[in-house]
Amino acid sequence: MTTPYTFDVLVLGAGLAGMRAALAAHEGGAKVAILTKVHPVLSHSNAAQGGINAALTDRGDKWEDHAYDTVKGSDYLGDQDAIEILAEEAGKDILALEHMGVIFNRNDEGRLGTRRFGGQKRARTFFVSDFTGQAMLHVLYEQLMKANLPVFEEWFATSVVRDDDGRCAGVVAFEIRYGKFAFIKAKAVIIAAGGLGRVFEPSTNAMICTGDGMAIAYRAGAPLMDMEMVQYHPTTLKGKGLLITEAARGEGAYLVNSEGERFMERYAPNMMELASRDVVSRAEQIEINEGRGINGCVLLDCRHLGKRLIQDRLGQIFEEAKSFANIDLTEEPIPIRPGMHYSMGGIKTDVDGRSWDIQGNWEGVQGLFAAGETACLSLHGGNRLGANSLLDTVVFGRRAGSCSAAYAQSVHTPRVSDSISDQDRTMVQDLLRRPPQADTVAAIRLDLGTTMNHHLGVFRDQEGMQAAQNILPGLRDRWGRVAIHDKGQVFNTSLVRALELGMMLDCAETIVFGAITRKESRGAHFRTDFIQRDDENWLKHILIYRNPDGRPRPDYLPVRITQWEPQVRVY
Amino acid sequence: MPYFQEFTLETEPSDTVLDALIRIRESVDESLTLRCSCRGAICGSCGMRINGHAALACKTKLVSLESSDALVQVEPMNNMPVIKDLVTDMGGFWDKIRHVQPWLQPTGPTPDAEYLASPESMNHLTGVMGCIMCGACVSDCAALEVDHQFLGPAALAKSYRFVADPRDGASASRLLDLNKPNGMWDCTRCMECIEVCPKGVGAMDRIMTLRAKGIGQGVPSTCGSRHAEVFADLIEQKGRLDEPMLAMRTFGLGNIGHILSFLPMTLRALVRGKLPKSGPLHRAIPGIDRIRRLFRYMRNST
Repeated sequence: MTTPYTFDVLVLGAGLAGMRAALAAHEGGAKVAILTKVHPVLSHSNAAQGGINAALTDRGDKWEDHAYDTVKGSDYLGDQDAIEILAEEAGKDILALEHMGVIFNRNDEGRLGTRRFGGQKRARTFFVSDFTGQAMLHVLYEQLMKANLPVFEEWFATSVVRDDDGRCAGVVAFEIRYGKFAFIKAKAVIIAAGGLGRVFEPSTNAMICTGDGMAIAYRAGAPLMDMEMVQYHPTTLKGKGLLITEAARGEGAYLVNSEGERFMERYAPNMMELASRDVVSRAEQIEINEGRGINGCVLLDCRHLGKRLIQDRLGQIFEEAKSFANIDLTEEPIPIRPGMHYSMGGIKTDVDGRSWDIQGNWEGVQGLFAAGETACLSLHGGNRLGANSLLDTVVFGRRAGSCSAAYAQSVHTPRVSDSISDQDRTMVQDLLRRPPQADTVAAIRLDLGTTMNHHLGVFRDQEGMQAAQNILPGLRDRWGRVAIHDKGQVFNTSLVRALELGMMLDCAETIVFGAITRKESRGAHFRTDFIQRDDENWLKHILIYRNPDGRPRPDYLPVRITQWEPQVRVY
Repeated sequence: MPYFQEFTLETEPSDTVLDALIRIRESVDESLTLRCSCRGAICGSCGMRINGHAALACKTKLVSLESSDALVQVEPMNNMPVIKDLVTDMGGFWDKIRHVQPWLQPTGPTPDAEYLASPESMNHLTGVMGCIMCGACVSDCAALEVDHQFLGPAALAKSYRFVADPRDGASASRLLDLNKPNGMWDCTRCMECIEVCPKGVGAMDRIMTLRAKGIGQGVPSTCGSRHAEVFADLIEQKGRLDEPMLAMRTFGLGNIGHILSFLPMTLRALVRGKLPKSGPLHRAIPGIDRIRRLFRYMRNST
């Protein structure tokens, strides 16, 4: 029997990067399908609030300036050739989105309006109120419906399959609704499965962000890169860690400590609240640690922006503050604190999404591509600028899609037996058959998340990271024994959560491994035992491969510098 | 057969229904099944009925629920098949969204830069773009409950988003399609979709605007559009709602067969004393001039 599912290109994930990649591959003539564990419009791209950057020349902006701001924001760890592509192609992609139907905010001339965002000298962030990600996501899904591309909806991918030559041959996945496994054959697989936020607790990320894409690529032999670079967003709510958009500060909101001082004056006298995120998060944490916080938070003050502006341009967070913090943003400041938000690291790709190709030689897995937060080019280096992630998804989603279509034309359909899915099917059956016990997936997830947040947060040191590294094997042991009480085949979300936990543990291991390896402070990776950036030894990326025994193995790549030599970073 | 199961748990004042459900799932019954993801009323996964009305579990505080015995009843959304516990099959929901061809259909060449459009003509659309497709409006739609073919509030609001977009060139054909049976005239204006929407999309208001735009563009008259026109005309003529005349003129005075089919119902109403005392056909109320002046004023001012 052969699988009824055979495609040129299979995209894992239906967020912005995934859908953009699928559409580009479709335009490139490939037979494309998308596989996603949630309905496309429920993807986490929804949560991107503030906007999308582009330097449009007809506004007097220069893409080189955007690129420079991004390089500086990355603390010089970003690869400048990739950043140049991001900045240069941004305008084209913004216009393509507008032509597809995105209702960007307009200015009085009837043209697209911009707002300011952190780490950038100019207002070059295009936006849809404060739900830009959602507005883009829905429009890309509209285009997907128009193109009538097949979507494996609510399917969970368990492995990337390679043929005997080591080429990517598709994925093994099961349909959550029926619990049925299938091998989905594809010449090329694009992983666009989003980030790993839930590895930390709390996190701004949705509960679905469990690093699945990174983990299955890593298990299949693809290297991960910059995994130690984890962004803490400066404005998240206490408790669940919900995000308050940077657009609030972009529109002029202040950060204030318990003494009523706009403390950013002392940390970033020029850019103030709009310094890059790593800088602002560290400043807040210092204020809190030194006793100038309020119950573990500082305050974000929007009052002076006025009711009208808040409701027009920050409507979603106005509602969010009311619903989840019981605060009227127009009347009182809101307590916020730094919270885990984004993974700069991910599956190492080249500028066409390949994992990863050096002059025709795939150093990663041939036929495997990645885009979006799952991928690491590296664009964002040590710290991502706000509103560059949405741009990343559309520019490099598109490029990965186009390249994968061309690649698929150049290779034959892989020959792999359908029995390839047996291994994962058996693994799941064994998981379901485990004898009952007191430990739960939820308990292990919580222990993992709090460990990571405690030791791999805004400030890190050897002792703490070592503690985390010592805790992880115990969590993995527990995961290897934990039972699933729901034995059913239909919509078994307990099973999904158990499998996700396995992915999260792999991600956590690489994060800790990368962080311990990097003996300097750069971007979001700030070590109190190595407080200086060390360009002499560490102006390089840490690649992590998975050894056959499952342990991580490091490799290094120099940072690609085109025009901007590293300088002291001051905001 | 579906059944209810009761769980007892301690709660905090800040807890949402989702917090409570997750706590049940994590510490009492792992098999409790629901969709949930963002926890912040952004993704639209956790639509369900809470104490009889559709809502997002993550946005509903337990303390906001009026119940004397502190019992909160959660059910899967209505008007769609149930898969398991609180998870429904949204396939039919999306089929209806797809029916309205929900993508921008511009006419003419694509401009080199963005489409030019005034902020007034565009920025208001963010209200309807705020729809997160959670299904709450469809769950509680009274018209859908009796007519599964009705397009429903979510699809109609989605269609409005294109009809009202100055860049879209297909609004005439869109309105013609919505003018057909199961389209915009099938809404019974019960307002439930407005009540339950967690994002303030106001689907019913959008449907009413679609109707007005349809009439404005001269779509072929239907029972629905005649109902609206005759309603206004009767008020202007008589100052009150003349229900029998409204029905007759809506279906067309020439449509004897259809009008006669109302006879049994009319007789039953008569027997039960539900016909107005003034008889089947009303006269104009005293002071009708003042009402007609209002109509003239409205006409002149628009």
